[in-house]
Formats: sequence, structure tokens, C-alpha cells
Amino acid sequence: MTVQVPMDDASRSYLDRFGELRPRLPGSGLPWLADVRDAGAAAFGETGFPGRKTESWRYTNLASLKKVDFSADADPMPVDQASLPALVYGRESSCRLVFVNGGFRPDLSAIADLPGGATLVSFREALAEWPDLVEQGIQASAPDASDPLAALNAAFMSDGFVLHLKEGVSLEAPVEILAVGTGAAQAPVYHTRNLVIAGRNSRATIVEHHVGLCISSYFSNQVTNFLLEEGALVRHCKVQDESREAFHIAHSTARLGGDAQFDSFAFSLGGALSRNEIHVRLEAPGATCRLNGAYLMKGRQHCDNTTVVDHLSPDTSCRELYKGVLDGEAHGVFQGRITVHPDAQRTDGQQMNRALLLSDKAEMSSKPELEIYADDVKCAHGATAGELDDMALFYLRSRGVPEEAARGLLVEAFLGEVIDGMALAGMRLPLQKNISKWMGDRR
Amino acid sequence: MLEIKDLHAAVDGKEILTGLTLSIGPGEIHAIMGPNGSGKSTLSYVLAGRDGYEVTGGEVLLHGESLLEMTPEERAAAGVFLALQYPVEIPGVTNMSFLKHALNGVRVQRGEEELDAAAFLKLVREKTKTLGISDDMLKRAVNVGFSGGEKKRNEILQMSVLEPSLAVLDETDSGLDIDALKVVAEGVNALRGPARSMLVITHYQRLLDYIVPDFVHVLAGGRIVESGDKNLAKELEAKGYAEFVPEAA
Ligand SMILES: Nc1ncnc2c1ncn2[C@@H]1O[C@H](COP(=O)(O)OP(=O)(O)O)[C@@H](O)[C@H]1O
Ligand SMILES: [Mg+2]
Repeated sequence: MTVQVPMDDASRSYLDRFGELRPRLPGSGLPWLADVRDAGAAAFGETGFPGRKTESWRYTNLASLKKVDFSADADPMPVDQASLPALVYGRESSCRLVFVNGGFRPDLSAIADLPGGATLVSFREALAEWPDLVEQGIQASAPDASDPLAALNAAFMSDGFVLHLKEGVSLEAPVEILAVGTGAAQAPVYHTRNLVIAGRNSRATIVEHHVGLCISSYFSNQVTNFLLEEGALVRHCKVQDESREAFHIAHSTARLGGDAQFDSFAFSLGGALSRNEIHVRLEAPGATCRLNGAYLMKGRQHCDNTTVVDHLSPDTSCRELYKGVLDGEAHGVFQGRITVHPDAQRTDGQQMNRALLLSDKAEMSSKPELEIYADDVKCAHGATAGELDDMALFYLRSRGVPEEAARGLLVEAFLGEVIDGMALAGMRLPLQKNISKWMGDRR
Repeated sequence: MLEIKDLHAAVDGKEILTGLTLSIGPGEIHAIMGPNGSGKSTLSYVLAGRDGYEVTGGEVLLHGESLLEMTPEERAAAGVFLALQYPVEIPGVTNMSFLKHALNGVRVQRGEEELDAAAFLKLVREKTKTLGISDDMLKRAVNVGFSGGEKKRNEILQMSVLEPSLAVLDETDSGLDIDALKVVAEGVNALRGPARSMLVITHYQRLLDYIVPDFVHVLAGGRIVESGDKNLAKELEAKGYAEFVPEAA
């Protein structure tokens, strides 16, 4: 394995660490996996952590992440059932997989019987029991090699969840994933790899909850690969409520066959720095995706939502709506690229992002990009950033609604458009509660 | 009940109210008429406490208490209600939720219990019946997509739910056809009572045929320049405001 020496010490120390850990990483006996890991390390080695000169990372500065000396094998603080947050989805969820600092914890998890043809296991277990399935999934969704964080994940990936649905299998209740971050003597880093392989006409809903059980720093580097065969429907809802010192970088890829539907919702509250990057490839006619997100950031929090959608076939569509509320000195980023490839006639792509700035020092950066190489397409994008409507605020107050309650109502109304529009109706109430609590905490 | 004494107010550093004095007794209806730009809406915003409307002199007392130091929500709790000339649209907040937050906001400030959902619904149902407001309108976002008439009726609905002791109606007649005007006037008249005073601001005499005032005042150049009974309104209709605003002649 030859690795070009990266420019900075931080990036280099990750590579050194990789050299040491490599023989102990899960699936070390699988030659294909060793190749994937080495290729990831080599790709990361070429660039190291992206700097501001890297176009797709222009607005998200990783300097603070590079400063922390994270440990890849720190022992987490003990976590027991009682310290876990309540189920997001209540009693309705069929199963709950719990991860602590990236590692699967069967003792904390509850796996109900899934219908025949559905498999939900940890990444480690999948590597041991169904290595071919994992290989097929990972090879089929090789992440965008240009993203160094995803490449780093490929090198280190050690646990996560794997959901496999055979043709026609439908999961009625949502599957819940709880990923807990806890402190350790040395701030931990973990590289999680999740795989969702949805066979023809299968259906599933996945609710992912990332929550910090500490106030200290850790680095969660996630990659999730979705593969949706013809007619599959996958809904993914992620609530990110990490520690306020944590780094949460999540890179998702999704490949959609004909008439497949992918619905992604990212709700971000926590983290010092977080990024949801999602790459969707609409590869056959009728494939549609909805990418939605909402975020509430304050203090010096930074939240980046980056979407890259490729329309590769005729008659594909995509709807994107991201809305965020920024207070204090928080920084929001939205980057959205839609590429309509030459054959993709009758593409329908709509993208909108709106930010509400509650303070003078809050900042929003947005960069929409449309690249259109077909002639019969309907594409639109828009971006707004503004303050609360002071006339609406006065109107509410003049009717007797106290100022902070009036602000809360207007913020809830602002985010309501994206929350009410989410496909997963059962998540609306928990998310609304999060918003009210966030507004309450501001006071 | 309401005492406005030598009120001066400025917007963006420009003095708009230039020494306005007006006294309204309990149960009285006063009309204020005046040409465009004379300061009618400014007076209404100063009474309701909108930001940016800076009081530079004088005082305003409601039930003997100074209004000017109060926040808008405190004024609402003290019994002030302003029906806006241009009601505001609030996407994402339903009319029902708006009314509930308003009523409970006022009640909590007064140290009363919040109304529960059932009691609130019953109250709103009673009020909507007389104003011809449909359930559909209650479920829609506040004023979003409402016609001019619906917006004004909605203001009156809010007023009847909040039962203020001082209602200020700023050009509630503007943009209404005669049928809509009658509905609105009926709603207002239903709220007349010995404990409720009203300040009806209008540009036209027409509204005053339906909401008959006890006193009529002419506002020009930021102060009251003439006062009289309801016949003054008729006189103004015939002669126009030219007599009071020389530069408009
Ligand atoms: N928000 C504002 N900013 C600047 N000037 C204003 C504002 N509101 C009102 N004015 C000015 O104050 C004067 C009185 O306006 P207004 O009170 O709306 O009059 P009316 O309601 O009698 O038509 C006008 O000259 C108007 O241009
Ligand atoms: Mg006016």
C-alpha cells in the first residue's frame, strides 16, 4: 500500500492510525474489503481533510475538527438502558438497534421478528454472516471518491446497520436506529457504515436518532448507502441531536431504479459542526426522490446540508425543501446541485432553501447549482434568508400573545411547512416538540 | 376611560402626531375622520404600541393607567384592541390557533385560567355564527388567501373573542362592498355596551351610517382640529376636508 503523504499533520495521523488498526478492523480476512479500505485510505491520502479551496467544502471549515486528537479505540463511558432516551417513534417501532460510539450493543437493542425476507443486522455481523451481500452493496454504491470524509470512512468503517429487503417485502412499522455518542478519556472518533438494500417493490421506513449523552467532543463519521431496486420505497428520517461539542459528518448515497421512491428527512439540532451530504442517482424512468431538512442552530453551531442529485434517465423527479432557523452566531450552509444528464428528458426538479435569522450575527450561505444537458426539463431553485416578519410579531403581540411565545409560534410556523410536508406523519409531533423546547431554551 | 393628552409621536424622526388631545368616556363611540396621511393609522399604532412609533410628548391613560410604558401584549391584557387597516397574513399559523393563543395570552396575563380546548371551541362557535365565519376559515392560516371582506370580518371575530374595553377600528370599512360592510357593522354593534368604548377611524362617512358615533372628530396635520356630533360627518362628506387642510385645497 502506497500512500502519498498529505499536507497536514492531522490528516497524516489518521493514516498512521489506519496502518496500526488495519489488521484489527472487522472483516480483515476479506480480500475485497481490504482493497476497499486501502483504496479509501489512498484517496484520503491524496487530499487529506478538505480545506476551503475544495469547492464542495468552501463554506464548512474543518479546522476545529483537525485540532482535536481523536481516538479510534477509546472505551466509551458505560451506557445502560436507563440512560437511553425514550423511543422517538414510541411503541410503534418494530425494532430498535442501539449503537454506542458507533459499536452495536445487542444488550441494549430490541429486535422484533421481521417478516420473512427482511434482514436487519449490524455491519459486523453482516460481514461475518453475509459477506457477499455487504460486498455487493458497497461495491454497487462506491461513494463519490471526491469526498475525503467518505473515503476515510471506507478505510475505517467498523460497524453500523445493514437492512436487506428481498423482493416485495414490506416493513409496516418503522425500524429505529439509536446512535449514542458518549465521552471517553480521549475524545472518540467512529466511522459508521450503514447499508440499505431494498429489493424490487419492497418498502421500509428507517428512523435514525443520533443523540449525545455527554457534553464533550466526539467525531461521528457516517456513510449510508441506499440501493433501491425497481419500485422500492424507502423513507429515511434522521434526527441529529449530538453533543454541542460533537462533529457529525454524514455522507449518504442513493441509487434508484425505475419507479423507486426515496424520501429523506434530516432534522438537525445538535453538534458543534454537522454536515448532511446526500448524493442521489435517479437511474431509470419514474424514479423520484424527496430530500427535506429542517435545522435549529444557535451559539456557534454550524450545520451544512449538501445535496447532489443526478437525473440520469427520462421522467425522473426530485423535490427538495430545506428550512433552518439560525440564532446567536450560528452558521447554516445549503449547497444543492442538480444535474440533468443528456438523456434525462422530462426531468422535474425543484429545490428550495429558506433560512430564518434570529440574530444579526447568524449567517446563511447557500449555493444552488443547476447543470442541464437536456432540453425538455422543468427545473427551479430558490433561496431566501431573512428575519422574522416584524409586522406578524406585532400582530400577535397586539392580540395578547407574549413576545417570546409569538416568536415561537412564528418559528414553528416557518418550519411547519417542511415538518407538515414530511411523509412520515408519526414523526411530526416529536419534531414539533423539539422545536418548542428549542425555542423555550432560548429564553 | 381613555385620556389622550397633548400626544406627540414621530416615525423615522418625522413628527406625525403634533399635540393630539382626546377623551373617550365609557360606552362611547368616537369617530375620527381625516384625509389620507393625516396620522390616523399612526394614532392607532401608538395606542397599540407598535415598535418604531416613538412618543415624543404627552400621555395616554386607560382606566387612569398609563398605556405608553406597556408592551403591546400588556396593552391587550389591559383591554386595548386594534383592528388593523391592513390585517397581516401569517402563513403556517391557523386562525384557530391564533385565536387560542391570543385569548389565553390575555387570560394568563390577567391571572385567569387558560381555557381548555372544549370551552374555547364552544366560545369560538358562538362568535363565528353571528359573523358568518365558516369552520373552513378557522382552519386556514391567518388571513392567508382571505378576501378583503374576510380579513375584516376576521378582525371583528378576534375582537369579539377578546372582548376589549377599548376597540380601535382603523378603516375597517375600506375595501368592503355594502353587504360586507353591513356584516362588519352588525358585528361591531353587537359588541357595543356600557363598558366598551370604541374609536372608529374612517375616511368616509358611509360606515357611520351603520355604526352611529356619539362624537366625530377631524384629524388633520397630526391633531384634532374639529369636534362635533354625527352631523359633522355628514358635513364633511358634503364639503370635503379642504377647510381643515389648506394645502390640499
Ligand atoms: N412606517 C412609516 N415610515 C415612514 N413614514 C410613515 C410610516 N407610517 C406613516 N408614515 C407617514 O406618516 C404620515 C401619516 O400616516 P398615517 O398615519 O398612515 O396616515 P392615515 O392613516 O391618516 O392615512 C404620512 O405622511 C405617512 O407617510
Ligand atoms: Mg391609515
